[in-house]
Amino acid sequence: MSAPATTAPAPNAAARPWWRHPRVRVWGGFALAAAVLLGVAPVVLSDFRLNLLAKFLCLAMVAVGIGLAWGRGGMLVLGQGVFFGLGGYLMAMHMKLADAGPGGVPDFMLLYGDGVVPAWWEPLRDPVVTVLAILLVPAGVATLLGLAVFRRRVRGAYFAILSQALAAAFAILLVGQQKVTGGTNGLNGFRSFFGYDLADPVNKRMLYYVAAGVLLVMVAVVRLLMVSRFGELLVAVRDQENRVRFLGYDPANVKVVAYAVAACFAGVGGALFAPVVGIVSPADVGVIPSIGFLVGVAIGGRATLLGPVLGAIAVSWAQTGLSEQFPSFWTYFQGALFILVVAFLPNGFATLGGLWRRRRGAAVPGPGDAPADPPAGTSAHADDPGPDPAQDAATAARTAGRHA
Amino acid sequence: MDALFSQLFAGLSLGSVLLLAALGLALTFGQMGVINMAHGEFMMAGAYTAFVLQALIGDAGVSLLVALPLGFLVGGLLGLLLEVTLISRMYRRPLDTLLVTFGVALVLQQLARDVFGAPNVDVRAPAWLQGAVPVLGMNLPRTRLFILALAVTCVVVLALVLKLTPLGRRIRATVQNRDLAEASGVSTRATDRLTFFVGSGVAGVAGVALTLLGSIGPTLGTSYVVDAFLVVVVGGIGQLKGAVVAAFSLGLLQATFEYSTTASLAKVLLFVVIVAFLQVRPQGLVSVRTRSLA
Amino acid sequence: MTSSSLPAPTPPRSSRARSLALPVLAVATALALSACGARTAAGDTGTAGSTGAASCVDTSGDTVKIGFLNSLSGTMAISEQTVRDSLDLAAEEINAAGGVLGKQLEVVAEDGASEPTVFAEKAEKLIASDCVAAVFGGWTSSSRKAMLPVFEAKDALLFYPVQYEGLEASPNIFYTGATTNQQIIPGMDYLAEQGKKKVFLVGSDYVFPRTANKIINAYAEANGIEIVGEEYAPLGHTDFATIVNKLKASGADAVFNTLNGDSNVAFFKEFKNVGLTADAVPVVSVSIAEEEVGGIGVENVAGQLTAWNYYQTVDSPENTTFVAAFKAKYGEKRPTSDPMEAAYTSLHLWKGMVEKAGSFDVAAIQEAADGVTFDAPEGTVTVNGDNHHIAKTAYIGEIREDGLIYPVWESDGPIEPDPFLEGYDWAEGLS
Repeated sequence: MSAPATTAPAPNAAARPWWRHPRVRVWGGFALAAAVLLGVAPVVLSDFRLNLLAKFLCLAMVAVGIGLAWGRGGMLVLGQGVFFGLGGYLMAMHMKLADAGPGGVPDFMLLYGDGVVPAWWEPLRDPVVTVLAILLVPAGVATLLGLAVFRRRVRGAYFAILSQALAAAFAILLVGQQKVTGGTNGLNGFRSFFGYDLADPVNKRMLYYVAAGVLLVMVAVVRLLMVSRFGELLVAVRDQENRVRFLGYDPANVKVVAYAVAACFAGVGGALFAPVVGIVSPADVGVIPSIGFLVGVAIGGRATLLGPVLGAIAVSWAQTGLSEQFPSFWTYFQGALFILVVAFLPNGFATLGGLWRRRRGAAVPGPGDAPADPPAGTSAHADDPGPDPAQDAATAARTAGRHA
Repeated sequence: MDALFSQLFAGLSLGSVLLLAALGLALTFGQMGVINMAHGEFMMAGAYTAFVLQALIGDAGVSLLVALPLGFLVGGLLGLLLEVTLISRMYRRPLDTLLVTFGVALVLQQLARDVFGAPNVDVRAPAWLQGAVPVLGMNLPRTRLFILALAVTCVVVLALVLKLTPLGRRIRATVQNRDLAEASGVSTRATDRLTFFVGSGVAGVAGVALTLLGSIGPTLGTSYVVDAFLVVVVGGIGQLKGAVVAAFSLGLLQATFEYSTTASLAKVLLFVVIVAFLQVRPQGLVSVRTRSLA
Repeated sequence: MTSSSLPAPTPPRSSRARSLALPVLAVATALALSACGARTAAGDTGTAGSTGAASCVDTSGDTVKIGFLNSLSGTMAISEQTVRDSLDLAAEEINAAGGVLGKQLEVVAEDGASEPTVFAEKAEKLIASDCVAAVFGGWTSSSRKAMLPVFEAKDALLFYPVQYEGLEASPNIFYTGATTNQQIIPGMDYLAEQGKKKVFLVGSDYVFPRTANKIINAYAEANGIEIVGEEYAPLGHTDFATIVNKLKASGADAVFNTLNGDSNVAFFKEFKNVGLTADAVPVVSVSIAEEEVGGIGVENVAGQLTAWNYYQTVDSPENTTFVAAFKAKYGEKRPTSDPMEAAYTSLHLWKGMVEKAGSFDVAAIQEAADGVTFDAPEGTVTVNGDNHHIAKTAYIGEIREDGLIYPVWESDGPIEPDPFLEGYDWAEGLS
């Protein structure tokens, strides 16, 4: 029952200079990110590029949630587009109603629908209700689905497939209900965001600051969750669900909470995405975008704190840049990234950093690594809930022989 | 009444398409827990095989008959290649295989786009598959009857292979208890490879069959792969009968929903039914008893 | 037992982390909020003057930049690549003939990646970063809807080359494809002329089919035609057994088809399989053009009808030149189609407007647009200055064994564009 020595940082702590202390490194990195996002970027980037960055930040919010649910919790969430879409549509509905004025009807309903605002749209006229809905609806849906799936101990792989099917079904539903959802066109043509004119570049900048601030808050929340007992439990559930169950905890509850938090983050990301980009449509919620969210997380390092954020931003940026010059090359590149990173660098490019440190002989856990990632090599069941991405090289070597 | 029978047939026909798409998955997913997202692209490869053969041979009937075994071979070899190069490295990380194979799927799609061109291509049905057979006052399209027969044939052949041959015994042993099978002298690595070859080969056959129903394009597989996975999830893993029952049930359900509502709503309703079903039987319709806790 | 299994250092670490985190959080939030506050106040005062952002188009040199924005990757690449090809051809021709106002065109090409959000992003880039004088492109309705606010906010020009569902008229967009009264209504006119009384509607589930079918329903009611069924399939749907069963059971004597892409193949194969024929139940399609016929399989659609404003077979000297130039540049096997022709025409129309205005300025072009004409391959087209659409001739075509489409019926001259169907009594209350 005692933890392996490598997982206890205490003996090393004294010998380590203060700047290598994990806590300093994490919050130092956080402060650096905050300075870059809030201080440097707005000064050096043009309005157009800054708005682009705001869009990437919204996508990074989804990535932060995925990092929690997948990286820490081992749940392969293939349907985050659903929650992203829920948040985006809720915000978009509010903006359409606000543009239409009190009692007014959004333009697309007049064109394609019956010209009547459905009852379930009405509450979203109120900005407070909208914000609450954005925070609660995605999390609520995730809780319901999570309870249905995790309580019944549906296998991890089944959960992945179900969440993917959910994304497919949600996109089809949105498309099919054109009169109330705008169909494939989605919702677009927003003029104002909580009363601020969206055509004004100054307000677009404000939106960027909001997105950057929200993202930083999310990263901080994940960090706080990770060092709490909940975080320890979540990692334990990922690595040894049954053992956690035997210890008297209910793994389903732990997973549901992480899933709901991830959904909430995705919803907020979607809600900010709508005003930043000016449109939210079923193309943003289906199977393909849902998997697309995972690329950045995989590349940045799913179990690290800032990895998902950096990965998501890097991938979006690369896509924008590369697809202009080589549209067909981009698809190969994206495919190759998936293959190479997931197969050979399961902890993303953060693995490279770890390897580098190890080569220099310093056995320091990486920044943001959970303090306790017990080796998973003790299990022989083929249907373990998930991978152990944080497994270090030593553990891997110990277990490598089992299936060779 | 006429409409009822027509719909019954439409459901069975849809079920047979789902079954063909899911059969290979039932093997690969069932045996190794590998979620192969590139399965759809193996179907696409089979479909393009049929297209190339028709261009080479010319006669639609002969080329179809040649395409079936060759499609099996093409799909199977692709699967084998994937297994040896990537999947074999990742048996301890089943969920990660999903992402890796998704990457493979992206690459294969773009490859098809660059090789065969982005526009869809068409395979002509042979004369003996054109038109319909009158049965009980209904006209049953010959192509759909052919696919139904093909699906049944595939299931029977696979079932016989699993039941009677040494390969089948090894596969079943590995599914039921990998470690014990290994300890009894079964080379689970070799078995995995063969299973993957056969499973992917069936995908190739399914692709050939699909050319009779629609056109062939780089994204042919993506439209089937999610549905095929749902069939496996509902059917449960480890035995073929689960997949068979699940495929035809889902096919009939979808056809019924589609007839009484709309095609869009049918897909959504189907999803709701599946989630509800998993509440009752989280392991699917049929499951092999193992000592696994999860 | 339970607690001892957790790593010992956790509780103190977490509590200390929290104490550090709160100040950081507070600072970050405060920073964000203060930034908002300041900017917002400035924004409010600046709002009035912010529309009509100053154009950065550079016309001082001997070239002028224009933007082409089409999907070269993703699901729409198949179709949009053809539009890009004909835009390139038009730019080449214009440059060879001396350019526009003596300036050579410099094309900035972008990929819309089949995603509306990317279209919006790239449109903004073309206008704000590349400072192009006009943008040509877009295909899906959602891509146009996503770009519209960008063009209006930046007060720039978009030329949109595809037939669409109407109900739109932005001062910043010129629509060179057909609106509903130039394609859908002629298609129904033709069926009515042929004495068809029971029409079945089948379409992909998206904006264009649903809007088109809304119009068809109103038309049918006013003209004594019965709509015996209306079915939608999700985009990419490939199993049409049920829908064709419904179609057959309905006793329809004609079908109006607004299916998109791959779905057409599955639909027509099923249609043929259950024994329906083009003679007994003709299908009028509005999304099948020359380049799609090969993928569907000629044998599946031969004899069926389409409604467009241009076919490769249209008999005019301008079209002969256009087809020859296109094939010379891209190969004998490449057909020309309606959206390609509309894109080709759009660049020439822009040239006409600029030359009439004597300037690349957006306001001057909007002012000069009315009445600009071009002898296009489809026939002479004229820009309507009020709604920014163009008057076009409608053709009903028949798909023949050689894979080409031949006109079998044409409207009496060009039809004036009427995107909101204000000139049709029966259409009252539709929009």
